[in-house]
Amino acid sequence: MLAVKTNNPTTLTEEIQIKIREVMEQYPAGKSKSALLPVLHIVQDENAGWLSVEAMEKVAELMGLRPIEVYEVATFYSMYNLKPVGKFLLEVCRTGPCAIMKGEWLIDYLKKKLKIDIGETTVDGVFTLKTVECLGACGYAPMMQIGEYYYEHLNSEEKVDKLLEDFRMKGFNKN
Amino acid sequence: MGKKILLEHIDKPGIKSYEVYRQNGGYNSVEKALKEMKPSDIVEEVKKSGLRGRGGAGFPAGMKWSFIDKKSGNPRYLVCNADESEPGTFKDRYLMEFIPHLLIEGMITSSIALESNLGFIYIRGEYKWIKKILEQAISEARAAGWLGHNILGTGYSLELVVHPGAGAYICGEETALLESLEGKRGNPRIKPPFPAVKGLYGNPTVVNNVETIATVPWIINNGGDAYAKIGIGRSTGTKLISACGNINKPGVYEIELGLPVEEFLNSDEYCGGVHNGKMLKAVVAGGSSVPILPAELFLKTKKGESRLMSYESLSDGGFESGTMLGSGGFIVYDEDQCIVRNTWNFSRFYHHESCGQCSPCREGTGWMEKVLHNLESGHGKMSDIDLLWDIQKKIDGNTICPLGDAAAWPVASAIRHFREEFEWHIEYTHEAQKRNYGLLKSTKEFFAASVV
Amino acid sequence: MKVTIDGVEIEVEPGTTIMNAARKVGGDIVPPAMCYYTSLPGSGGKCRACLVKVAQGSTADPRPMPKLVASCCTNVQEGMVVQNITSPEVLETRKGIVEFLLINHPLDCPVCDQAGECDLQNFAFDHGRQQTRYDFERRTFDVINIGEDIKLHMTRCILCYRCTMVADQLTDGREHGILWRGDKSEISTYIQKAVENDFSGNMIDVCPVGALTDKHFRFRNRVWFLNPMDSHRDCKKCSGKVVLWMRGNEVYRITGRKDQYNELKEFICNDCRFENYDVKNWIIEGPREIANESVINSNHYEHGTKALPKELFSKINNEKWENV
Repeated sequence: MLAVKTNNPTTLTEEIQIKIREVMEQYPAGKSKSALLPVLHIVQDENAGWLSVEAMEKVAELMGLRPIEVYEVATFYSMYNLKPVGKFLLEVCRTGPCAIMKGEWLIDYLKKKLKIDIGETTVDGVFTLKTVECLGACGYAPMMQIGEYYYEHLNSEEKVDKLLEDFRMKGFNKN
Repeated sequence: MGKKILLEHIDKPGIKSYEVYRQNGGYNSVEKALKEMKPSDIVEEVKKSGLRGRGGAGFPAGMKWSFIDKKSGNPRYLVCNADESEPGTFKDRYLMEFIPHLLIEGMITSSIALESNLGFIYIRGEYKWIKKILEQAISEARAAGWLGHNILGTGYSLELVVHPGAGAYICGEETALLESLEGKRGNPRIKPPFPAVKGLYGNPTVVNNVETIATVPWIINNGGDAYAKIGIGRSTGTKLISACGNINKPGVYEIELGLPVEEFLNSDEYCGGVHNGKMLKAVVAGGSSVPILPAELFLKTKKGESRLMSYESLSDGGFESGTMLGSGGFIVYDEDQCIVRNTWNFSRFYHHESCGQCSPCREGTGWMEKVLHNLESGHGKMSDIDLLWDIQKKIDGNTICPLGDAAAWPVASAIRHFREEFEWHIEYTHEAQKRNYGLLKSTKEFFAASVV
Repeated sequence: MKVTIDGVEIEVEPGTTIMNAARKVGGDIVPPAMCYYTSLPGSGGKCRACLVKVAQGSTADPRPMPKLVASCCTNVQEGMVVQNITSPEVLETRKGIVEFLLINHPLDCPVCDQAGECDLQNFAFDHGRQQTRYDFERRTFDVINIGEDIKLHMTRCILCYRCTMVADQLTDGREHGILWRGDKSEISTYIQKAVENDFSGNMIDVCPVGALTDKHFRFRNRVWFLNPMDSHRDCKKCSGKVVLWMRGNEVYRITGRKDQYNELKEFICNDCRFENYDVKNWIIEGPREIANESVINSNHYEHGTKALPKELFSKINNEKWENV
């Protein structure tokens, strides 16, 4: 399936462009392509948590790469979202060690609670549910990542409800 | 209490900060390495220590260092593999999060040994907050004069860069990691040439795990011989084990290699035993890719000896009846867990994480996942077990990188040791949808005998 | 240095791969190759079709290698002993590789333009099992156009990466690449984009299967009904040395000249490939020997000039074609 342009013009502030150049300069002369992964993270964070075709074209332009080099990389790594996501991305671990410690329950409960399936976003646009592979928190299962941090030991409805409520409040306050 | 090397100061309040770390002898190894030792001396000490790569493969670290090409005059790089993604493993995260300066100190001392002026820490993209912790530690170290230009007035310069991944288990494989660090897809390279000859940007490169690098300062301060005295046989020193699954006290523990597995599993100092008073069914001792063992083979070798937490003892019996220490991801399964479901889960993981470059892994991992899903969901056939066995055999050893092997081994070991549970899933489909199989007959017999 | 492959001793230059050492001898001892391509540096190692057993590493270190190695990217050592078809382990593994390559392949040979000159078809015929054990739904993709002249059937692709290497090497900028990962990987431009440059047509020739096909030739004829003719013309962009695939006087398609391993030694430009279907534009040298054991030469003509259409005889000696 070919992707289509989505009318998502990506403008990066001067501040962000400076940040990108700084990241590129960390690498040896002529090796600034190395900065592609960190730069895509920066642009994704700036672009409401996802990478549109336009955003990737912008990255290619800033880094002097061909767009296909950016598409190839962006589609390889699972942290880059190539479709719009909600305000908060719930990345729930589904791998073995979590799965035997109520990890499967957590996923089912979130689906039921948010009334969405994996990969979907709640109608109010606040939460997107995504399952991910082992996040390195096996001893603190079940868990999920929201934004920068991990939220662990989510083994009861009360804990999950409270967490979602906290984020929902934050989400609405931000608007 | 066993010997603590990496976590010696972990309980000291404020050890995350530069000041407290320094007060506890931090960065002494840098001074010693720069002022009292030649780079070759450092390599020699690490060789003497017998330190083995802590990322999983267990290759002697000093040996790896000695392969690096210093003659060509090309820039050399040290790359720290902090792409911790092996299911069951969360030890590097613990080190970096709670005692970040230990890794920075190790990076500096190791870079001195390799005569490298630029080092990278490739950290998995999900550890976003830990990346910040490391960057903070680096800037503190720089401010204190341990990094940057002309360190301690010796003329030696070093810069460190923290580089985030973006969600790809394969980037834990060292050549895939280097590709990723060059801004490309994480496709492993064909070896040879090895990174020590042609690594990052085509230059000589050493890739070491976080824990390996964090061990170097202690070895420099105390000598390789002192390190080699700790542990057992060729398993020298200590190892971080991340324990998880159905145990009372999951977490990260530093053990002296050679600790009996039974003590690690049951003593309150470590795992604290299987939770809820359940029986032990199986253990994956070193991260999801190592063979799973039923309780009886895990606790005692085929010869009837008590198993120890060491490279040699855990692999006693080969793949027929042994496993591997691997990365130290210790996953415990109690009697209520389903091995078929767990094997399917792991298969799904490897299928999801296959880079897709070579055909056996790209096609085989997905096939295994589908067959296992059928077995688990009650649509299996008896012939599926032999089919699975054949698929894993055709993947194992035939791929560009070890991900193929890592995908094959859990399937192979599950069939080898738990075949009766697979057959039960097929013969008693309806029952298998309602309840789990429980302990193997052999495990029940083993525990019954040990009570008497 | 001396190396022994399936009992045949060969003397080769240091730095030669096992594959190329075997090709010096030719015949059955040559391992199959689905992704390696001599003129594309960086190719090889991916399909694992060419895995061989190294029974003795070298004279200095006679230990066998622990795993099978990819012969296309393993260099020979003095005194190395290699087993290709003499190793049951290699043959068994190859059976597995065929099966892996086929589980997601549509097996639509009856309607595929590549049939008759397909590396995968040959490989499966030589090394495959009769029936598949895969009974799940196969991976499918939409057929897309990449430019005016080329059609991409991703469903048939075996991900050899050759076409991306052609683009890297022959063109000033690649527009297509490998997207996604694992068995979801696909060759694509990501967004609708034409691959347009003077040498893009070579992607068709390097494709080992029917994933990249010539839009001008699609469904027009079977390759084994056509007579391949070595021909050339003056071309500013390339050597102008091509093969015209003809039936009567009609040119059905134009390709580069492939050797017995299905590899082009010289790449040709798109002008030669797509713009010169008029036989008058070419100087015909004579019938092309298709050395590969394929259906193309199995039924049709003897080697040499015997089968050359009569009216073309007089034109063999590099005369400019005028009229027939």
